Amino acid sequence: MNLEIILFIVLALVAVVSSVAMITRPHPVISAVFLILNFFALSGLYLLLNAQFIAVVQVIVYAGAIMVLFLFVLMLLNTNKEDNIFKQNKALKIFAIAIAVLIFAQVAFLIFFSSPSDALNSQVAESVQSGTIQQIGTKLYTDYILPFEAAGFLLLAATIGALVLSKKKFE
Amino acid sequence: MPQSNTEYLQILPFILMGSGIVISVIIEMFYKKSEPVLGWFSVLLFITVGFVSLASINDSAVLFNNMIEVGGKPAIFNFIFTFGAAVMILSSMNYISKYGIYFGEFFIIVQSSVLGMMIMAGAKDLFMIFMGLELMSICFYVLAGLNRKKIQANEASMKYFLLGAFATGFIVYGIALMYGSSGTTSLPYIFENFSSLISNVLFVTGLGLFLIGFSFKIAAFPFHMWVPDVYQGSATTITGLMSTGGKTAAFSVLIIMLSAVFANNAANTFEPYFAGISVLSMLFGSIVAIAQDNLKRMLAYSSIAHAGYMVIGLAAGNQDSVAGIIFYLAAYTFMNLGAFGVLSIIEGKDDTLLDINSYAGLNSKSPILAAFMALFMFALAGIPPMAGFFGKYYVFIAAIKSDLTWLAIIGVLSSVISVYFYLRVVVYMYFKESTVNFSIEKNNTGLLAVVISGILILVFGIIPDTLLNVIISVLNF
Amino acid sequence: MIEQYIPIFLVIATAAVFGAAVVFSSKLFGPQRPNDIKISPYESGKKPVGNTSERISVKYYLVAMLFIIFDIEVIYVYPWAVEFKSLYAQYGIFAFTPMLIFLIVLELGFVYVYMKGGLKWD
Repeated sequence: MNLEIILFIVLALVAVVSSVAMITRPHPVISAVFLILNFFALSGLYLLLNAQFIAVVQVIVYAGAIMVLFLFVLMLLNTNKEDNIFKQNKALKIFAIAIAVLIFAQVAFLIFFSSPSDALNSQVAESVQSGTIQQIGTKLYTDYILPFEAAGFLLLAATIGALVLSKKKFE
Repeated sequence: MPQSNTEYLQILPFILMGSGIVISVIIEMFYKKSEPVLGWFSVLLFITVGFVSLASINDSAVLFNNMIEVGGKPAIFNFIFTFGAAVMILSSMNYISKYGIYFGEFFIIVQSSVLGMMIMAGAKDLFMIFMGLELMSICFYVLAGLNRKKIQANEASMKYFLLGAFATGFIVYGIALMYGSSGTTSLPYIFENFSSLISNVLFVTGLGLFLIGFSFKIAAFPFHMWVPDVYQGSATTITGLMSTGGKTAAFSVLIIMLSAVFANNAANTFEPYFAGISVLSMLFGSIVAIAQDNLKRMLAYSSIAHAGYMVIGLAAGNQDSVAGIIFYLAAYTFMNLGAFGVLSIIEGKDDTLLDINSYAGLNSKSPILAAFMALFMFALAGIPPMAGFFGKYYVFIAAIKSDLTWLAIIGVLSSVISVYFYLRVVVYMYFKESTVNFSIEKNNTGLLAVVISGILILVFGIIPDTLLNVIISVLNF
Repeated sequence: MIEQYIPIFLVIATAAVFGAAVVFSSKLFGPQRPNDIKISPYESGKKPVGNTSERISVKYYLVAMLFIIFDIEVIYVYPWAVEFKSLYAQYGIFAFTPMLIFLIVLELGFVYVYMKGGLKWD
């Protein structure tokens, strides 16, 4: 066994165990901490696929920023113990299971029966290279320059919107 | 990177809009009483961008490595967005202080949302569609909840945000599947290989999810749950923008995505879906609107019905029907904005004077407002000389050409039902004695907005064929 | 290609081992004679009141939102910085202008928040 397979098995185990732990903990803050662990394991898996940029985004944005927002919301709402919605509403549980099965079936179909990456298979070397930061930088600042500038205006609108919606002055 | 430096000139409407937003933020930062300045600056900006877009209607070009299209069809959409937004800003200038949201930020966020709509209408790449959609939607979520003291506004913002985010989830998932099956996000490339992609299960699933997501945004029947509460809870003029600009932008994306289906002359794969949602939206919207006494809520249900009429055009799926939809959208934008403009003038503090009883005897209080309200109601109902009639007429004719006569018949039936609740307002205004005592505040800019919408409706109604021919000439499939 | 990450994994492993060692060695080697006062949350004598998860002010929401927005900005700057040399060699000044526009738009938002007192605690 080479290093990659060992790392894959370790990271995949961490990811699965932490996500199961996340949905079974009664205390939401502990769930959130398990989610961070899950994000780190996923980030390692992305690195194994040579998708460095996604790995970095996973750590900086998801494990960093998004988790901060999750924890802020938990503290704003002050939920000590979750009220188990599945206990109150049995039909919801069946619905949740149905959706989970559906998504699992879809992923299984993607992996085993369809060949979504036919176009990529013919250029494996290129597709492996395309995850690197250099590749993404080149594409983002040449071909995709317009969506990039649009993202700037999106973030500006979000900044102003956040201020207007939460500052006392705007009441 | 653009291929040549002339592309910077061609993309001028977007550059103008972007720098307008930047200048507005600077004005807002350094100028104490920025609200009137920003209001008039926005109107000027919108009109300039609208005319610059229209000027390039005949030289359509795809710029920045197949990212965005300018001129042609996007030019017409840009005209609808910018002039609609200018009318909306005019009605808002006095209204927002009455409603309690007298901030300069209001204008900046409206400008940003219009930039988002323009990006959506010109998109030639799935990334651009998504960026424009998010820019527009986030601005709308903020606008809906701008008055934090009003509990209904908070409810509206929350509902709009949760359901809008849900719809965006569908759209992103659809984009992911389309990207996975085609290997690209560039629409010209996808359209080139469309005949082979349409047999790919993954691609069709992705396109289906994409269409479902946009059915949320146009407020068609099974995905309409958010509409009445959001439209009623938000400020009246903001509702006007959401129900016109937002709907038009979503339709522009649907037309872009489906133009490949139409052009390929493939059996319209999604025809049953569109026929189904259009029948349900038309009947549901028209029938439920009958029971509404609150005019904002009534217009919300009528907007669901109008989405249904427009979707008939998507089900028919030929060039005439697309041209009909665009004409209908232009007419609908101004008649709805006019109706919401009248509502915003009459509305009192704290969401009062919105029910139909307040409109009893309006003719004796303000003959001008009553006349224009009657005009907008006739136009929305689709009474012949108005623009609204020709919108419906073109769409129904196109449906009959595509052997969808039954759909056109249901459309006509539902229009007949809808005449009841539109004319009810007119009857109240002219033939009932006033029971509620109130005086209409002087609101010159609001009246100007109403007059402009009225004139545009009449112009669209007088020369519909000329306009339709212009629209057909720029449709390139 | 995974071999190039070995140094990073080594650093992570060292950090984890060091952290665990610090926590557990004091338990392992230190003397432990606990009593009620010693294990109370505040040894100074103050009795704990209420729950650990107090409900916090909504003012923190703005801080969190601004953090996320500027965090995402960093994500956009990062690949540009990595790739700037080759972009500059190819496009000259046009490698610089898009990021300049992006940063002007974004920093305008930052200045706006500052001017409006968004960073003040009122």
